[in-house]
Amino acid sequence: MAQNAKVPFNGTKAQADELEKVLKGLKNVEGALMPALQQAQDIYGYLPIEVQEVIADRLGVSLAEVFGVATFYSQFTLTPKGKYKIGVCLGTACYVKGSGEIYAELQKQLGIESGITDDLVYSLDATRCIGCCGLAPVMTVNDDVYGKLTKDQIAGILAKYKA
Amino acid sequence: MNYNELVAIKERALKAMGPRAADHTLKEIKERTVLVCGGTGCTSGKSRVILEEFREEVAKAGLSDRVKVIMTGCFGLCALGPVVIVYPEGAFYSQVHPEYVHEIVESHLVNNTVLTKYLYKETVKEEGVIKALNETDFYRKQHRLALRNCGVIDPENVEEYIARDGYLALYKVLTSMSQDDVVKVMLDSGLRGRGGAGFPTGRKWMFAKASQADKKFVLCNADEGDPGAFMDRSVLEGDPHAVLEAMAIAAYTIGSDQGYIYVRAEYPIAVQRLRIAIKQANEYGLLGNNIFGTGFNFNVEVRLGAGAFVCGEETALMVSIEGNRGEPRPRPPFPAVKGLFAKPTILNNVETYANVAQIILNGAEWFASMGTEKSKGTKVFALGGKITNTGLVEVPMGTTLREIIEEIGGGIPNSKKFKAAQTGGPSGGCIPAEKMDVAIDYDNLIAIGSMMGSGGLIVMDEDNCMVDIAKFFLEFTVDESCGKCTPCRIGTKRLYELLTKVTNGTAELEDLDKMEELCKYIKENSLCGLGQTAPNPVLSTLRYFRDEYVAHVVEKRCPAGVCKNLVSYSIQPDKCKGCTACARKCPVGAISGTVKNPHVIDKAKCIKCGACMATCKFGAIVKG
Repeated sequence: MAQNAKVPFNGTKAQADELEKVLKGLKNVEGALMPALQQAQDIYGYLPIEVQEVIADRLGVSLAEVFGVATFYSQFTLTPKGKYKIGVCLGTACYVKGSGEIYAELQKQLGIESGITDDLVYSLDATRCIGCCGLAPVMTVNDDVYGKLTKDQIAGILAKYKA
Repeated sequence: MNYNELVAIKERALKAMGPRAADHTLKEIKERTVLVCGGTGCTSGKSRVILEEFREEVAKAGLSDRVKVIMTGCFGLCALGPVVIVYPEGAFYSQVHPEYVHEIVESHLVNNTVLTKYLYKETVKEEGVIKALNETDFYRKQHRLALRNCGVIDPENVEEYIARDGYLALYKVLTSMSQDDVVKVMLDSGLRGRGGAGFPTGRKWMFAKASQADKKFVLCNADEGDPGAFMDRSVLEGDPHAVLEAMAIAAYTIGSDQGYIYVRAEYPIAVQRLRIAIKQANEYGLLGNNIFGTGFNFNVEVRLGAGAFVCGEETALMVSIEGNRGEPRPRPPFPAVKGLFAKPTILNNVETYANVAQIILNGAEWFASMGTEKSKGTKVFALGGKITNTGLVEVPMGTTLREIIEEIGGGIPNSKKFKAAQTGGPSGGCIPAEKMDVAIDYDNLIAIGSMMGSGGLIVMDEDNCMVDIAKFFLEFTVDESCGKCTPCRIGTKRLYELLTKVTNGTAELEDLDKMEELCKYIKENSLCGLGQTAPNPVLSTLRYFRDEYVAHVVEKRCPAGVCKNLVSYSIQPDKCKGCTACARKCPVGAISGTVKNPHVIDKAKCIKCGACMATCKFGAIVKG
């Protein structure tokens, strides 16, 4: 994952209140930990240890258990993502159509293997199949989907997303 | 809700749905329906914008009372997305841009002239007449049963599902069938699990019914993790009530009152439509308490996955719903005895459920009349990769791979040669050209070293390296192995390392034997299906494409020109015009030569990026 230095946690009061509200609602739900982590990640964008501690405390499970679940599933991230989250589909349909090359080109242009750029603007991840195989190879930038890609389109797409 | 109310809704909704069947004989058209595909493929291609444009343009043209604009689920032909169909003509507009909408409304909806230039070419007859969609190559051989409502109804409107006989099967079961009756129908139908393993659905239900407990659960596995498989997502996006109704039927049969749908978080549209469907079904009294006044209660909750392939395995899925790391546990005890929260549980796949209501309404014999001796009914495949008609197809079991690829799929684009089809995702295998005439069913696929899996079908052509593909899948399983058992955790890693040696050109022939031995060990000793099937991509490629492995090992050559370490680029002097384009493009200055004279590549400097080959207009650069 990210090889970058740790970004200091700076959650706001509003975020903390929202988290408390979510956790209150999950108090008597069976198997609440996963939904709790999912909603916490929606609020903060990632799951810093400070947030995991709150979840562990309110749900009455150990921090080790929370950390264990948070690190097991690939959708949970312990480090923040960039302002622009770039994902390249490396599902089979995209892979046989050359998405590996698209990913390599993004690595080259962003200057990172994966994770987040130093200026926190872009983060890059290889994603699992997102299900629009008719558009293969596919990349996403936040909610925008770009399909039927070739290597030379990458620079133009990145240019649309500036700090 | 009672029977009369249900039928009244059905009649009302049928009328409201208007002409949604292709009718070419109409002389005068009073009403039209515009269906815009809202599947993930088309949505990625801006079909939401197209939907809004249509609504706006229709209103502007003053046609709002005569033209309905509706967003549906997937039509199947994703390669041509975004797709719009206008009924009653059945005009199939393909690759629609938002800018086309004004023109289509003006010509087709206002002036009654179908805009042939934007139609799917296959549907235009020579004389300019539209051919019905089910006469085209893509749809002709299909038999849409699990997908019967996809692309037909508005998935966000329960009444349209009711119009298509929705919830009648649940009514029938609750009011006129015993639990044993339902089990018998399911057993007689021969329906087998569509998630991959093919376990008879009726037996699963029978076992769970026989278990005694104060609480039982009905689960739906919508954790469709196979890369390149999207049939479950399409059912959820296009016909979510079919799954809910079937879960309620299952719950009645085994004596449960609570269901969970475990769905991938990567499918936001499916999740949203499921939530809408559950809400509407509750409001109509089709879920919840005292359904149809029979005293039967059933509630459904959606739980999201978080990106772990192993959670498609039944025991891992259950511990994940319980809020833990999704690690499988040994069986027995089987879930039918001890499943979610240690209670008897059944887990069926989305596509399996999509067949259930139809079986109840039409009878076991009707279903069993389709398919092969041991595999009944139909199967949905997600066709992808090097194929013209990428998309979703549903065919009777027993259809051959050749029919699917050459007839329905329209063959391989760019006049390339078919090399292999991969079924079953990371658990399956590659089927070579000489097996293309095998009738596809559960047992035949296993016999040729692959498996049905959930239905992903990825086509590969001569440009794909089979060793590289095997390595791709192994990388996936290494990454997704949960780490609980050693054969899978360490075995797949070692196997991946051996494959890397092959693609690097550092392997020796005996490494191939080592790989086979390791595969056998992993298969026999892993705890769950993930590990037990992880070696299949390697074993099947070793079986059918051993010559490619040998070429990598002995000749240090990648025949498909994919494995970078084994590829070298050179310029053919007789074809090179000396235009200097490649030399200018080369990022490391490895190409030298003077204008109008053949150039050469310095192989010591070359980083094998392939930029020169892509630039050359004369086909003078070859790799090999």
